[in-house]
Amino acid sequence: MTTIATTAAPATIGRNRSHRSTTGDKVVAGVSHTLLSIWTITVIVPFAWTLLCSFKTTSEIFASPFGLPAQWNFDNYVKAWSDVGIGKYFFNTVVVVGCALVLVMLLGAMLAYALARFKFLGNRLIYNTMLAAMTFPVFLSIVPLFFVLSGFGLLSTKPGLILVYVAFALPFTMFFLYSFFRQLPQDVYEAAKIDGAGEWRAFFSVMLPMASPGMASVAILNFLGLWNQFLLPVVLNANPENYVLSQAMSVFQSKAGYSVDFGALFAAVVMTVLPVFIVYIVFQRKLEGSVSQGTFR
Amino acid sequence: MTKPTATVSPDSPPKAVRRRRRLTFDKASFMAVFVLLPLAVFTLFELVPLVQALYYALTDWAGYSPDMNFVGLTNFAAMFSDPLFMKSLRNSVILAAVVPTITLVCSFVIAAVVTTGGPSTGRIQGLKGSGFYRVVSFFPYCVPAIVIGIIWSQIYDPQRGLLNGLLSALGFDFQGFPWLGKVDTAMPASIMVIIWGSIGFYTVLFVAAIKGIPAELYEAARMDGAGRFRSAISVTLPNMLSSLQTGYIYLGLMAIDAFIYMVALNPLGGPDYSTWTMTQNLYNTAFFKGKFGYSTAQGVALAIVTLAYAGIIALIFRLARGRDDGTDRA
Repeated sequence: MTTIATTAAPATIGRNRSHRSTTGDKVVAGVSHTLLSIWTITVIVPFAWTLLCSFKTTSEIFASPFGLPAQWNFDNYVKAWSDVGIGKYFFNTVVVVGCALVLVMLLGAMLAYALARFKFLGNRLIYNTMLAAMTFPVFLSIVPLFFVLSGFGLLSTKPGLILVYVAFALPFTMFFLYSFFRQLPQDVYEAAKIDGAGEWRAFFSVMLPMASPGMASVAILNFLGLWNQFLLPVVLNANPENYVLSQAMSVFQSKAGYSVDFGALFAAVVMTVLPVFIVYIVFQRKLEGSVSQGTFR
Repeated sequence: MTKPTATVSPDSPPKAVRRRRRLTFDKASFMAVFVLLPLAVFTLFELVPLVQALYYALTDWAGYSPDMNFVGLTNFAAMFSDPLFMKSLRNSVILAAVVPTITLVCSFVIAAVVTTGGPSTGRIQGLKGSGFYRVVSFFPYCVPAIVIGIIWSQIYDPQRGLLNGLLSALGFDFQGFPWLGKVDTAMPASIMVIIWGSIGFYTVLFVAAIKGIPAELYEAARMDGAGRFRSAISVTLPNMLSSLQTGYIYLGLMAIDAFIYMVALNPLGGPDYSTWTMTQNLYNTAFFKGKFGYSTAQGVALAIVTLAYAGIIALIFRLARGRDDGTDRA
């Protein structure tokens, strides 16, 4: 924070002094690069340090924050994967997030399409109710939700968690896709109908594929949102067998305070971050596109 | 949360809508599945709990028994004489006031430098090779907040933490200083973590917004003798107010929530409850004390704070826009 706060001042002075002179340009560029580098280092160092610590034994971690491990091995990773069960939680998260993502994309696209292109009684009411529901914090409905799930016998089950994820991601998905479906040309739809396609066929074979850029953007945003979801699983999913990664990490952290296995904690953190890191490197461009699209459409 | 409002364009309803067709099985089944199925999930798991919450907030429901009495606004009156709640309210207001402002100032500076900080002659362009900074600083957004919290709780650790290690290496005597364990530093240290995790996302948002500003505006400003700093204040800022507003609202809501970060950094609310948030208090009241009525009433209070915050931000930006329009015409 302090590094950034100071970013503004020197760069500013440099700019005022320098406009229109190439030496000034160089000074500005130099100062900006320096400060941006400091910021970049501030972002990278915590991750790098975590990676380093994940190879150290607990006593090495206590000895010095900078010391290198005497032995580079994957003991901590093995421990975190098997003893702590990161593997199992990872699997749970993939199942829950995967199912919820497919469902919410499907239902969200269907509803957005119906609301955007068909006029029927209650159309605006549904749209506005969803808008209103989105403005309320999740915390407001968390207690009743607990008892709703409990009433259905879905508490602490994967299907229960999946349905709740879908319900909470639905409004955002619908809003995002609504504008996409609204912009699709009517001619294509008409052509499909003339060729004998029914409503179902027209949607799945013609309209949905045309909205795929929008679908990809929402899917990425939804994936990150659901993968990082914390409150819902913590409240609604008390069965350790069904823990998702984020809540397992939290439980593990509070336990680490007693059993003092910090090496394994760091290894677990690395294993949680690594998949996201790979996804990020691969989809970086697309992701930035989604973010700007999501807000400026 | 407000952004979808911008998405809605009530213009030009598709033509075919007006044409009446005979209701076939195809059409009927289509409408039933496409509307009712998503609606059922939404209603059951989001709408019903929301509506129930409004009722529970007016009851004294405690524990897992179905007994509850309607007590009117008693729960809300109780909040004002509940020191823990008042403390959490104060902390959440601090978070909502501080986190968005610092984050957005930093993001704005980075975005402005990255897009318009380039040479002062020739084409308007960003700093050379700055894409790398953007890519790196966006990454924390993808990392689960709980993991960010865990990493920083280790960095802040008095004995084995990186921060005290670095400070000691630089010659400052901070060995053993408990950043999260002192009333004076617990909140600022926690705020720093949230800001650290958010700057990159809003930088990317702002970069996209600035790229949408016509280059002629910058060229005109340059002809009038404006330097980079002046251009950033007089051209960039007024032309991206809507993204700034979006940023303020999003970050504010996130800061009022702050649950995940606080759970990871100081699960018990920090020294003297100095980082205890409304969300933690609500969660605790419900699932540890079993006071479900009182807890949902706090949920309503949280919603009121959230809406009030959004209202204030909207008002401020309306005023800012109004003033800009005035000076432009004058």
